[in-house]
Amino acid sequence: MGSYVLRRLLQSVVVIVGVTLVTFLALQAGGDPTYLFVSERASLEEIEAARRALGFDRPLHEQYLSYVGDLTRGDFGQSLSYRQPAMEIVLEALPATIELAIFSMFIAIVVAIPLGILSAINRGTAWDGSITTFAMFGQSIPNFWMGIMMILFFGLYLRWFPISGHVPFLTPLLAGDVGVAFANLPRTLYHLILPGIAVGTYSLARNTRLIRSSLLEVLEQDYVRTARSKGLSERRVLIHHAMRNAWLPVVTIIGLEFGFLLGGVVVVETVFSYPGIGRLLFAAINQRDIPLVQAGVTLLAGVFILLNLLVDLVYVRLDPRMKLSEGRA
Amino acid sequence: MSRAAVPTEHGARRALRIMVASKWPLLAVAFLFFASVAAAFGPVLSPFDPNRQNLVLRLADPMAVGPDGSLFWLGSDALGRDVLSRLLYGARVSLLVGFAAIAVGGGIGIVAGLLSGYFGGWVDDLIMRVGDIQLAFPFILLAILFLVVLGSGVGNLILVLGVGQWVTYARIVRADTLSLREKEFVEAARALGDSTVSIIFRTILPNILAPLTVIASFNVASVILSEAALSFLGLGVPPSVPTWGSMLAESRDTLVANKWWLAVFPGVAIMLTVLSFNILGDWLRDFLDPRLRERT
Repeated sequence: MGSYVLRRLLQSVVVIVGVTLVTFLALQAGGDPTYLFVSERASLEEIEAARRALGFDRPLHEQYLSYVGDLTRGDFGQSLSYRQPAMEIVLEALPATIELAIFSMFIAIVVAIPLGILSAINRGTAWDGSITTFAMFGQSIPNFWMGIMMILFFGLYLRWFPISGHVPFLTPLLAGDVGVAFANLPRTLYHLILPGIAVGTYSLARNTRLIRSSLLEVLEQDYVRTARSKGLSERRVLIHHAMRNAWLPVVTIIGLEFGFLLGGVVVVETVFSYPGIGRLLFAAINQRDIPLVQAGVTLLAGVFILLNLLVDLVYVRLDPRMKLSEGRA
Repeated sequence: MSRAAVPTEHGARRALRIMVASKWPLLAVAFLFFASVAAAFGPVLSPFDPNRQNLVLRLADPMAVGPDGSLFWLGSDALGRDVLSRLLYGARVSLLVGFAAIAVGGGIGIVAGLLSGYFGGWVDDLIMRVGDIQLAFPFILLAILFLVVLGSGVGNLILVLGVGQWVTYARIVRADTLSLREKEFVEAARALGDSTVSIIFRTILPNILAPLTVIASFNVASVILSEAALSFLGLGVPPSVPTWGSMLAESRDTLVANKWWLAVFPGVAIMLTVLSFNILGDWLRDFLDPRLRERT
């Protein structure tokens, strides 16, 4: 097990190096990156000066090494539109994004479990039919459009939920104001409901299908038949025997799922004017604020990689077979 | 690992029977046919030039009649452009980008997977590690990063979305190639003195294509969703080209004024298209190989 963890950690380091290489090369992909940093009316001398100041006149490998060097110190350069270190701005927006991502993930898992089970144990019935149809639609609706539709219906027509904004929970919590954080919590959740559903629906639908098919497969196994023939109640068979193994494929994709969720968050935040990294990225894209885009993308990718690592380590604990075979992830 | 590879005459009839019996795939095919016609013949079918502004008739309700007696079936937008015409033109970008990106991603992925599976060793390691790194990166972020730098445009969109898909194909093709490499008929081709290129592309490739159609169908669906999201963020095609995603982006400005039709119709178009491809993928999977369930 120790060697697996070590190998997995090493793999993550390789991936992080890959990510820095990609964010670095992305900047070079459009030709001389100097033009992204100077105004359109800049004179040739100004462009040349900027090129030297930004270091774009140096050989590529030198540029990359100094870029990585800056990154290890948390330095992503100055945001062009805020005139502040890009990383500071992104870090400020991170808690809101994490709140939204966790909330959506919670919806995607907590609702999917009963739906998936219900569908599997009632295979072929109207229950199964409606749940699988719902899941099919859930995987086909663009999340941002779902957000827009919910704003129209629940926000503007029924006036049940706020259509924009955010009440911070994590920020006061991290600052040590536990009282403020928990006083905020009900309103935090209230503001999270619509964007959370918009972001989470795709994953909810996918998880439902996954739990259904995984449980169906497990229910056909010999050991489940043995459990039944021992005269155990169906509930006991389901909870103590079948579900334990039906979990595994679900846990595997939870890590990958976070990547989907982050993608959804970026777009849905814009729809709900939700002050997270997504909306920040959207503004940065429109202002062509490259350092800010780089900082936001790298930070989200970093969070994603860390989470995937965590999930894989949890997986080793859940599946005893992994300990024996020391298999690759 | 044997697999029902190429549908035979008998298979084709069975496919059709499953399709008709379950109704949904039939509806999906019908809708996609309709969308393809809209994409191909948009200029003939659409009642107006999608970019023609009509400042007298801005934000007209669906079924509004213009001063010259022309009918705005689905209403008009903030610049007085006909929503139906823009919707029909929007089908072009979505379907074109969807299919072209799959061609790019599938092409790269198939070649990479064949090389990886056939040669093994360091070639295999290199290709698969690059794939791992790419998958460790939330795809939409990668797309945003490259499109911001490269600039928007149909070509760049296809390239970025296509490159985003190759790993899935490569992994499946690699696994199938690995198992086929040792089969007798490949062995026979080798003994007959066929060149490596011929063995890879003429002997192995035709036998692994069928399951890829399933992946491709789901993939078109997810690429269309990504394209819509990127267009929504303003990273898609230039503003002069109407797309479903950019129509939704524009609809946000008039949302509070309850101009619902601007937000509803493009979304329904995206949903039905994506839904159709997903249903088609499900049907293809059930037909070709139920075991693929685990991999998609």
